[in-house]
Amino acid sequence: MRHILAVLVENNPGVLTRVTGLFSRRGYNIDSLTVGRTEDANVSRMTIVVEGDDLVLDQVTKQLNKLVDVIKINDITADEYVDRELVLIKVNADPAVRGEIMQIVDIFRARIVDIGRKTLMIECTGDEGKINAIIESLKPFGIRELVRTGKVAMLRGTKMTSLCDEKEKKDNEEEK
Amino acid sequence: MMFSGAEILVKSLLEEGVDTVFGYPGGAVLEIYDALYKSPLRHILVRHEQGAAHMADAYARATGKPGVCFATSGPGATNLVTGIATAYMDSVPLIAFTGQVTCDLLGRDSFQEVDITGITLPITKHNYLVKNVENLAQTIKEAFHIATTGRPGPVLIDIPKDVSLKKTNFNYPKTVNLRGCPSFGPGDPKRIKEAADLIMAARQPLIYAGGGVIISGAHKELQELAELADSPVTTTLMGMGGFPGIHPQALGMLGMHGTKYANCAVCECDVLIAVGARFDDRVTGKLDEFAPQAKIIHIDIDPAEIGKNIQIDIPIVGDVKQVLHEINRKLEQKKHPEWQNKIARWKEEYPLRYENGGSLKPQYVIEQIYEVTRGEAIITTEVGQNQIWAAQFYKYNNPRSFITSGGLGTMGYGLPAAIGAKVGRPDKVVIDIAGDGSIQMNIQELATAVSNDIPVIVAILNNSYLGMVRQWQELFYDGRYSHTEISGPDFAKLAEAYGAIGMRVTKPDEVRPALEQAISANKVVVIDFVVEREENALPMVPPGGCLNRMLGG
Ligand SMILES: Cc1ncc(C[n+]2csc(CCOP(=O)(O)OP(=O)(O)O)c2C)c(N)n1
Ligand SMILES: [Mg+2]
Repeated sequence: MRHILAVLVENNPGVLTRVTGLFSRRGYNIDSLTVGRTEDANVSRMTIVVEGDDLVLDQVTKQLNKLVDVIKINDITADEYVDRELVLIKVNADPAVRGEIMQIVDIFRARIVDIGRKTLMIECTGDEGKINAIIESLKPFGIRELVRTGKVAMLRGTKMTSLCDEKEKKDNEEEK
Repeated sequence: MMFSGAEILVKSLLEEGVDTVFGYPGGAVLEIYDALYKSPLRHILVRHEQGAAHMADAYARATGKPGVCFATSGPGATNLVTGIATAYMDSVPLIAFTGQVTCDLLGRDSFQEVDITGITLPITKHNYLVKNVENLAQTIKEAFHIATTGRPGPVLIDIPKDVSLKKTNFNYPKTVNLRGCPSFGPGDPKRIKEAADLIMAARQPLIYAGGGVIISGAHKELQELAELADSPVTTTLMGMGGFPGIHPQALGMLGMHGTKYANCAVCECDVLIAVGARFDDRVTGKLDEFAPQAKIIHIDIDPAEIGKNIQIDIPIVGDVKQVLHEINRKLEQKKHPEWQNKIARWKEEYPLRYENGGSLKPQYVIEQIYEVTRGEAIITTEVGQNQIWAAQFYKYNNPRSFITSGGLGTMGYGLPAAIGAKVGRPDKVVIDIAGDGSIQMNIQELATAVSNDIPVIVAILNNSYLGMVRQWQELFYDGRYSHTEISGPDFAKLAEAYGAIGMRVTKPDEVRPALEQAISANKVVVIDFVVEREENALPMVPPGGCLNRMLGG
């Protein structure tokens, strides 16, 4: 099963290597990993999608927790969350098929961000299913180049993966 | 007043209560060595940096205080690697300082530059490259905290040369602020209650005690638990000394080279209480046949060890000493005469034994070491048969009296370990039980021992083989001894060349006088015990086999 982990880490040099090194040496499979700054300049947030059964996930979480730079881990898979990915697709686009491509772009509420002589570059955000679907729809035209960011995810409502633990607990109570 | 980074390093170590460091100088640590020159810190100059790491490691194991070692950049740093990995596998609080090229040269393949934080990433609990002298004192404070709290482990601090030169104010911080470094207390009261209930209900309980007992100083609590629950106790290689070896409830070691009676007890116990142990493959044998009838309680400070290799019924995460204290309070005196009888029969039927004929047997040498030292020495070991026999035939009654590379199995550990242990515990007789192969891996440290007047005894069980590997070749490879016959120097002469005392013993009746002489000499002594060449370390569970089906049981 695939799990989505929201991981808060100290924004120290080498922290990404520590995390990915741990995955590779212990033989865990990363599906995707994204990392970026958060509301707190000292803290970065990783969204890690990892494949494995409950036992593997239990180990992944515990081993990650042992890294001094890892502050907090949430497995948000079982909760209500929003997840998004961004993709850039450069697709073959002769004048004859441009209309058709633009229709697809519309349907997916994507955007054309660059026009070349024989290509279009399309930007699309959405959950994984939507991204896969637009890629499938554009394949017949010939995809020249494609880049995906990997998933970012956040819990819905007042539930949080953040450092203000007390506040979070209180809010969670209220929600119940 | 302003101090250089090097001075800050030395002052910080003094603040941490460090009295001795083990190291070796070089270009990138010239500043640091200059600061050492003027300081009251004792520095032991080794002959190879690996020796420094092992000495600091064994100093820590013998005293319970963190050990500290120094090396220069590049080759100095890489020479520490085996020592750091050894400490990591056995959860030893070790702090390694390495010099590094100046900050402006980093990342350019400069002379003697190596990415030692990258290299040691998977074998340290944490590591640092300090690029700003302002952060140095805080980093050292954190390193000692990380190395010694929770499950201990090695921490490396890499210091570029310009950082050791730059000056700043010195205020040693009083606290650390590490949000990613949790602390652990006495465990979940609900689980503790469940564990106590289960122990009270057990009819055939067994305690399986590991190195965590020694690290947390829980030997008294463990003995109390064993006596209240009337439970036999088996220890891992790392747990030796955590429970008195002469105690009537002691079963010795379990696992691949354990006693048959300990392994039988594992197979038949109904409640297994794992204390500060981690279900290593050398302990469990075939996993799905390990303790098949037992409900398992697992007490450990590292949450990641719970459920890692085996399904646990009652997990308790916490400091072993505190957890045991809490459990013991909830217990009443139990008696299990039938279970004890069963065990007594196993002990009678399958004792640890060897045939003592005319030739000199390695096991006999160890028994004699035990008798001459009355079990009061600190024993370090190399790796191989010597290590197994040292675990089987010497009875460890005190924690921190058996120092061995359990997790990594590092040949060459024993001699530097003996030196480190003797520095930490000068009141103790310290003996390295060595193999003729292993001793040659760090024999240069004899010079360190002699020149610093650190009187350790090296007892080489010389079979002119890489004995343990030869044993596997004999048992599992039809006796094809591929590259396991190994020669060595005349060890007694070599010892003398180093300025130590050298002896050679070939007959059983010479063993005792030689040992007595070595101990009373109070000098560095090497005794070359020329032993039966093809003796095997038995009994033995074949790799991947079930615990109670042992060869030579
Ligand atoms: C550094 C290192 N290299 C290789 C090994 C593999 N190994 C394990 S035991 C052993 C033989 C050790 O021989 P010796 O020190 O003579 O001990 P004996 O088994 O003969 O008592 C070897 C080669 C090891 N454990 N460590
Ligand atoms: Mg040998």
